Amino acid sequence: MTRKRRRLMVVLACAVGLGSAAALTLSAFSSTLQLFVAPSKIATEAPRGGRVFRLGGLVETGSLQRIIQNGSPGASFRVTDGGASVSVSYIGILPDLFREGQGVVALGSLQPDGSFAAQEVLAKHDETYMPPDVADALKKSGRWKPGQGAPPASALWDAPDWNQAKQAGG
Amino acid sequence: MIAELGHFALALAVAFAVAQAVLPLWGAWRGEARLMQAAPALALGQMIALAVSFGCLVLVSVNDDFSVLNIAENSHTLKPLLYKITGAWGSHEGSILFWCLILALCGGAVALFGNPLPASLRARVIGILGATACGFDLFCLIESNPFARLWPPPANGRDMNPLLQDPGLAFHPPILYAGYVGFAIPFAFAIAALLEGRIDAAWGRWVRPWTLGAWCCLTGGIALGSWWSYYVLGWGGFWFWDPVENASLLPWLTGTALLHSAIVVEKREALKTWTVLLAIGTFALSLSGTFLVRSGILNSVHSFANDPARGVFILGLLAVIIGGSLLIFAIRAPTLGGSGLFAPISREGALVLNNILLCSIAAVVMTGTIYPLFADLLLDQKISVGPPFFQATVLPLATPVFLAMSLGPTLSWKRAALFPAMLRLWWAALVALAVGVFASFGMAALPAFAMAAAAWMIFGALAEIVERIRLFRLPIGSSFARLVALPLSTFGTTLGHAGLGVTIAGIAGMSMSTERVVLMHPGDTVDVAGYDFRLVELHDAKGSNYNARVATIAISRNGVPLVTLAPERRAFTTQVMTTTEAKINTNFFRDLYVVLGEERDGAAVMRLHDNPLAPWIWFGALIMAAGGACSLADRRLRIAAPTRAASPKNTAPKNTVQA
Repeated sequence: MTRKRRRLMVVLACAVGLGSAAALTLSAFSSTLQLFVAPSKIATEAPRGGRVFRLGGLVETGSLQRIIQNGSPGASFRVTDGGASVSVSYIGILPDLFREGQGVVALGSLQPDGSFAAQEVLAKHDETYMPPDVADALKKSGRWKPGQGAPPASALWDAPDWNQAKQAGG
Repeated sequence: MIAELGHFALALAVAFAVAQAVLPLWGAWRGEARLMQAAPALALGQMIALAVSFGCLVLVSVNDDFSVLNIAENSHTLKPLLYKITGAWGSHEGSILFWCLILALCGGAVALFGNPLPASLRARVIGILGATACGFDLFCLIESNPFARLWPPPANGRDMNPLLQDPGLAFHPPILYAGYVGFAIPFAFAIAALLEGRIDAAWGRWVRPWTLGAWCCLTGGIALGSWWSYYVLGWGGFWFWDPVENASLLPWLTGTALLHSAIVVEKREALKTWTVLLAIGTFALSLSGTFLVRSGILNSVHSFANDPARGVFILGLLAVIIGGSLLIFAIRAPTLGGSGLFAPISREGALVLNNILLCSIAAVVMTGTIYPLFADLLLDQKISVGPPFFQATVLPLATPVFLAMSLGPTLSWKRAALFPAMLRLWWAALVALAVGVFASFGMAALPAFAMAAAAWMIFGALAEIVERIRLFRLPIGSSFARLVALPLSTFGTTLGHAGLGVTIAGIAGMSMSTERVVLMHPGDTVDVAGYDFRLVELHDAKGSNYNARVATIAISRNGVPLVTLAPERRAFTTQVMTTTEAKINTNFFRDLYVVLGEERDGAAVMRLHDNPLAPWIWFGALIMAAGGACSLADRRLRIAAPTRAASPKNTAPKNTVQA
């Protein structure tokens, strides 16, 4: 086998390898990518038909309820970005860092009644940390203007009268 | 005082690193022997300075000196001594210092054990390591000084994240970092070879043990991290395709490819350019893995607080190192010269296939990891790529690796016949088929297939040894004599391949796990996968820096008591944080896994798992690392052979290991 033919074989093998990798990536992208949707965008942007996406925002203070569904314990709470809020139900043990008034990302799908059924709830951060997705959603909904300083205490985030709370808090 | 000493030692290390980068490289370029001779001393100087600096940090931490910002933020007087020591590398600043220390240790290792190397090659390798260290030592000194003072000092510290207060995690970073940073040595060898314009079998023989050492540590570190997330986070999973996990998987994949292509350089002097590129790429992935994630650019559980200045410094450093090395590669690679010929069906061909597939997997994982970043920046879309993506893309690419893995080592170099090689593995194929059929009764199609593939890998790896010692074809005594005479590196290959098989079997088993979330009153019994879990009682307990709520769970099977577990929920007082302590009972073939959730009206939410074969996942990784260590032991013996030291420059006698 000549050098040239061998090189051709190697190049072909690489092309097949990378080509299949690219093809797999593209096909998987179309079916497995998870969109991040904020509560106020849920009516327009959320995928229907049971497709899984991420819902992110803050847990509305006072909305956490313990529930039992089909014999399994779980929780229901509302997630808000200041503009709108969505009711979320989850079966299982909430993460240790889950708190009312703090940022949360829930992975799941929209139910026919408009509520969100979470398969997974992520709250992997401490009280000073805001998931970037959530921070962005809050900026977009106009609840936080980064030019005016750091976000105030998270307990104020979901206050119904946001502007008053902000003025009161300085 | 101690903190100032540490700070001074750190500054001294930077000076040493600058000298270590400039003098040997200049000397090697101008051919000045005296400058080249200075390299080992400078590398050792940097190592000692950083060791002193890190020692000071540990001392400051043990002494509870809260006037040091880093200690005040991450320690507490009540923290157990073990975590005061390990906390030195648990914080962001400390971990960067520790990273620099390991890089300096790499330089020191080359200085101490590199005597037989040609003088100019050694000087260049140490110089490149010094240049790399320069950047990171400076970063540590300027942007993340672990010795910064705080005034006035607080009465007590803010304590370490309770999740990190765990013996498994205490030793996860050192091993993982040793793996990441260890790839700096193959990287330095690659750049040095490019500067020298020469790569030969001797180069391959030098690079391989270092690569192997780094690979073993990385394998161990990843396994330890995954094990920690399994038993500490209490989510019951072992791998979440989190950016940090992917960041450690990427250099592991390309490092594994490097390990295999270095064999080809060593034995056949082929694939030189490719091996150099892989060495550069692996270290680049290690670097970006550690630092992109830590700098908070990728959204992850592990990211420390965002700090734009740090991020920019790190990005610049990465750009200089990665861009610079790729530039050198582009200019100098054509000088490396041609390589040996081989047929597509041959040992080399199999190793090329291994490289292509491993790199394809790495490419796919990398795409999935950084795509969200691009989508955010360019398309203004918030997207995340979850486990389904990685399962859909990695699995099809990994399957041919699993299938070809047993076949590769039985092929001969240069030219081989596929059919006889397959015939030699008939019994391994038969066992795999039997396992697959047997597994398909209790499992879904995919896990059953994975079980068959695992059996194929384990028995295919053993078949290599069986073939070598001619088991059952020679009298058993002479087979045994052959077994004893086999080189350790053969066992290394077998263990490495079989270990992956064991891990795959564990993953397949784990995918058949049963999980139940239930509300239990004391006295209630719940059945999970044939085991009866009875909640005996709930009580309070007190630890050194936390208060715990403990549940007692008695597990029995068909009325026979098995074990009593006591999962906990701990409330840490200083950090105002709760953690769940999952409790696990294992018999090596399955884990019973119990997590205590919150309580409601006297009843506790419990999560109960039965995880078949779960321990095999980490046991397999341990076997893989042991295989690497086995090869390493063999290679070290041969490299330390006295004939080599006498004639360092020639390519040394072709070794006689491979038939």
